[in-house]
Amino acid sequence: MAVVSGPPPYPDTRVAQPRPGQAVGFFTDSSICIGCKACEVACKEWNHVPTDGFNFLGSSYDNTGELGANTWRHVTFAERPAAPGGGDGQMRWLMNSDVCKHCASAACLEVCPTGALMRTEFATVVVQEDVCNGCGYCVPACPFGVIDRREEDGRAFKCTLCYDRLKGGMQPACAQACPTQSIQFGPIEELRTRARRRLEQLRQEGRKEARLYGVDGSDNEVGGLHAFFLLMDEPGVYRLPTRPATTTRDLPAMWKAAAAAAGALAAGVLLAFAGKGR
Amino acid sequence: MANERLRSWPVVRQLTGADRLGLSSAVRSPRSDGLTPRTSEARVVKSICPFCAVGCGQRVYVKDGEIVQIEGDPDSPISRGRLCPKGAATRQLVSGPLREYRVRYRAPHSRAWRALPLEQAMDMIADRVISARNDHWEDRDSEGRLLNRTMAIGSLGGATLDNEENYLIKKLFSALGIVQVENQARI
Amino acid sequence: MGSNMAECHPVGFQWVMEARLKGATVIHVDPRFTRTSANASFHVPIRAGSDIAFLGGIIHYICERDAIFRDYVVAYTNAATILQDDFKDTEDLDGLFSGWDPEKHSYDPGSWQYKDVEMHPSAGQREAPGPSAGADRFGGHGGLLAHGDPPHRDPTLQHPRCVYQILKRHYQRYTPELVEETCGVPRALFLKVAQALVDNSGPDRTSSFVYSVGWTQHTVGVQYIRTASIIQLLLGNIGRPGGGILALRGHASIQGSTDIPTLYDILPGYIPMPHAHEHPSLDEFVGRDAARTGGWGRMKPYLVSLLKAWWGEHARPDNDFAFSYLPRISGDHSAYQSALDMLDGKVKGYFLFGENPAVGSANSRLHRMALAGLDWLVVRDLVEIESAAFWYASPEIESGELSTTDIKTEVFLLPAAAHTEKDGSFTNTQRLLQWHHAAIEPRGDARSDLWFTYHLGRIIREKLKGSAEPRDRPVLELTWDYPLKGEHGEPSAEAVLKEVNGVDAQGKPVSGFLELKDDGSTACGCWIYSGSFRDGVNQTARRKPGREQTWVAPEWGWAWPANRRLLYNRASADPQGRPWSERKRYVFWDEEKRRWTGEDVPDFTPDKAPDYDPPEGATGDAALRGTSPFVMQADGQGWLVTPAGLKDGPLPTHYEPHESPVGNPLYGQQSNPTRQLYRRALNSYNENGAAERYPFVMTTYRLTEHHTAGGMSRFLPVLCELQPEMFCEVSPELARLRGLTNGGWATISSARAAIEARVLVTERVKPLTVRGRAIHQVGLPYHWGYRGISRGDAANDLFPLALDPNVHIQEVKAATCDIRPGRRRR
Repeated sequence: MAVVSGPPPYPDTRVAQPRPGQAVGFFTDSSICIGCKACEVACKEWNHVPTDGFNFLGSSYDNTGELGANTWRHVTFAERPAAPGGGDGQMRWLMNSDVCKHCASAACLEVCPTGALMRTEFATVVVQEDVCNGCGYCVPACPFGVIDRREEDGRAFKCTLCYDRLKGGMQPACAQACPTQSIQFGPIEELRTRARRRLEQLRQEGRKEARLYGVDGSDNEVGGLHAFFLLMDEPGVYRLPTRPATTTRDLPAMWKAAAAAAGALAAGVLLAFAGKGR
Repeated sequence: MANERLRSWPVVRQLTGADRLGLSSAVRSPRSDGLTPRTSEARVVKSICPFCAVGCGQRVYVKDGEIVQIEGDPDSPISRGRLCPKGAATRQLVSGPLREYRVRYRAPHSRAWRALPLEQAMDMIADRVISARNDHWEDRDSEGRLLNRTMAIGSLGGATLDNEENYLIKKLFSALGIVQVENQARI
Repeated sequence: MGSNMAECHPVGFQWVMEARLKGATVIHVDPRFTRTSANASFHVPIRAGSDIAFLGGIIHYICERDAIFRDYVVAYTNAATILQDDFKDTEDLDGLFSGWDPEKHSYDPGSWQYKDVEMHPSAGQREAPGPSAGADRFGGHGGLLAHGDPPHRDPTLQHPRCVYQILKRHYQRYTPELVEETCGVPRALFLKVAQALVDNSGPDRTSSFVYSVGWTQHTVGVQYIRTASIIQLLLGNIGRPGGGILALRGHASIQGSTDIPTLYDILPGYIPMPHAHEHPSLDEFVGRDAARTGGWGRMKPYLVSLLKAWWGEHARPDNDFAFSYLPRISGDHSAYQSALDMLDGKVKGYFLFGENPAVGSANSRLHRMALAGLDWLVVRDLVEIESAAFWYASPEIESGELSTTDIKTEVFLLPAAAHTEKDGSFTNTQRLLQWHHAAIEPRGDARSDLWFTYHLGRIIREKLKGSAEPRDRPVLELTWDYPLKGEHGEPSAEAVLKEVNGVDAQGKPVSGFLELKDDGSTACGCWIYSGSFRDGVNQTARRKPGREQTWVAPEWGWAWPANRRLLYNRASADPQGRPWSERKRYVFWDEEKRRWTGEDVPDFTPDKAPDYDPPEGATGDAALRGTSPFVMQADGQGWLVTPAGLKDGPLPTHYEPHESPVGNPLYGQQSNPTRQLYRRALNSYNENGAAERYPFVMTTYRLTEHHTAGGMSRFLPVLCELQPEMFCEVSPELARLRGLTNGGWATISSARAAIEARVLVTERVKPLTVRGRAIHQVGLPYHWGYRGISRGDAANDLFPLALDPNVHIQEVKAATCDIRPGRRRR
């Protein structure tokens, strides 16, 4: 029997105070997610995100389906057989709160022709709703299918990492609400250290299925995620792409061409990028 | 003209400005610059979540007489600032679109609700309590033992009521001889 | 067990997750694999309604290996006490205890008593006591304790009629094999649980049980919890940090509404309601009901102070402090009995305060029909709940069973104020009172229930003014004077709390219940809440941040009694008063200061030394030894066998649910013989060989995304989108058997009703093998009804009124049903 000892592995994250100029993000530890969806509600309440429809999906306990313009946090549920070689032969019910990854190399931002998408002083990626004209180029650019246009409004919406709260020294609403600290907010570097330590702990417990996702650039081609995860199975189980890549990898060269051309032509090139979407 | 337009296009501004890597300050909108949390100028009232019995601390933010946000109170040693989906939805509970703000009255055999002034409703209810007591009072049982009650009136609720409210209900109803005072704790 | 903590108390579950991260073992025993199971160390699937067999198996395991915490058990429990010679166990009588009266369907509990001394139940008799209740046997009160002990004890625990041996024998057949056969839990998995508990208990370690309504909502609900109490006492896990049996209650102040009860059978502070047949006078009431030894020896000052709080100057020594003003009970007047009386036209008027029986009560269909039998109904709620709309929107209107124009019920829907619109205190599941402050004024006609009750009383008193009727004296002489504030005339909730706390003759708030007197010089609305307004300060509003105080956080809110956070904490020290171990140090005796001290307010007379030996004839607390931690019990001991207070036996025994697809493997007696049944048309049962018609077990539960009968969740868009429709959960095996498809519709039927639900086919529900047979279970969340944003059929329509005899709680955690594909017939 395991002996109870030592402090809890996570400090109380609600004391984390965002500072401008510091890269901050989320570390979502799915191994302690209880699937309560407090994050979905806290997000909607703070950001006044409208409802996403009342549809019984028959998909475990998930009835919001996927991230989109009206769902900025989304809890996935996966009912899985016992982990091979891990656990004690019991089935697993895996839950994880998905969110915009605030990619280090963000395609949505790069394709945005209006400058509505910007990287903030916290290194997060936000849509400025007073600038967005609803062109929708960002939508197919996102390798995770996060950003989307709101039907009744036309503009693009996604997680802002509660930019307004960050500016006021508060942490994002989802992280504050999360009952178990599965969602942790803080400076990226500190979160990375925590994530690696937690992975180590789980490995020592024999949980071979544990893995990190997007903690750095090694498993993706988006330069690492500013919202990364600890998963207890393949990314696909959580409906995450196995090796996400920036849809605009070749962008710098193309931008040169675009800048040299007339505006109309540039728009045409952008449309071509758009075609490369998910 | 075309060049000017091109230069003002944020993409080009980013590519030519000092912001080539950050893609940041060059495109900041006035709204982004002025953004503050809507709680920053609100009055904070300390409260407790009304859903389950864990008793999570809540902070209720009030601005211009409106509740603008309800979230967890980090000071609470019970909840440490956290809330579940119901607790996080409390603002919709207290100011949701389906809340009732006017008395509704349905007359016997009627097919529809109608409005009724609160004062009149209170008066009518008081009359009904008095006459149900008068008509169905039990002083003593068949063997002469004290009963001092009416079995014609009952009440049920409320496990989400305050202690002070339950106290007044039990006190008043007992004094009226109503013994069928019950609540969710039984159910 | 019996709790889905991660889903129903998610924020409380943070502490479980934190413990798990620190290495604790978390075991979830539940019919379904839930979000709690997913986050536990392991899950144990169990057949709904078989928990006593499982827990009894653990008792057997502990006794067989002599794995008890012996020092604790001998000193702090009644294990050594010797019972009456004529006590007979269910092992002797095929599922019945001695004292059974087959005609009255009840027990005479006299033979369950200790030899030569009568024990009173710790909180008095709530209703009519049993036929003799031991009175004849002992002559009034029988003997008192000698040196704090019952007269006959065997500390070696060897005497064949000592409690420990009786207990051991009672559970001798609850073997791992029997557990497997009865509960469907594989032997190895059961043994893993039993061993984990034993390994994690003792001087250095503690284990705790968490339960919720998965235990209470059975015809043997009280005995479920009793079984856990026995385990925890045997392992020394009560009154110690990290131990205990944690009841997770389901509403913000459901604990409070039991403490200050809106319940028919008790007065504030668990003082029983006087019974017509037993209690003509105050002294007879106290003499009959209060134990003379232990904490309840002070019932009289508590009751007199309550009567003074209610009737002030009109409660005088020469009129028995207006004791006769209290109405008398004469049987079961619980909510279910009232509903049946409504059907029969006996109840004319009814108040619903934030309660929705048309969805939330067992056999909700019956309740909707009952509401139609009223002359008038007052509904106080935030929204138009189903119980307010039954007369035009219920399924019975749709089906034509009821017709709107035929329904005579007058309905008043009065909008209530939300917690953000009023001051007041909630008592949480840890007995902690926490104050919430009004943030804004309620709008329109919305008012607090404090306002409603106060002004209803005021108007009635005005209308009755000058009445000479004796029946009007109690209400006219009631103390009913609270400061009003604001434009609506809102009564001051703090003034009410001050009355609840109690005041002395000068009107100064008392500091605690020990100051209450039986001479009429003090007034107190609820003795256990005495101290909550100590020094004239609202202690429940204290909010010193948790991080600025000790881990016990004594300066956040206020816990009853006396701000004690852990009950019976004297047991956290050994008989000599020393911590059982450094690791589990909590409350202990400071020899130098001659006082109990530690992390918490000691739940013990502060200067009663561990070696205190009660003098002969001592009463009240003085009659208990310095080593008796369970101070509210008449003998200060943890009761393994309960000599008094329960209607269905002194020891928990496995009985099948009232509706069960299997026979009782242990006894000829199938179900709890004292369970309360109501045989009438709207409440038919599936019994006597109808198993083929309703072959499956059904159970109800909550989801994280909704709240109880839906009044506080199905009207909120943000919650409705998370769980938008009523559904049922079935295993792939049952889906195949019945042709159900995931996402499709199913009709679930019982002997009462048929409802429809969307189907969720999931591996999380598994058929269990019980005595060679596959038992299928159907899971049903009970949140839905016919109003609000998200609407659906009410699961409670399916369940019968079959109640626990002690507390009249319905069995909705296990009954039988059938399930077929497709929507219900309309």
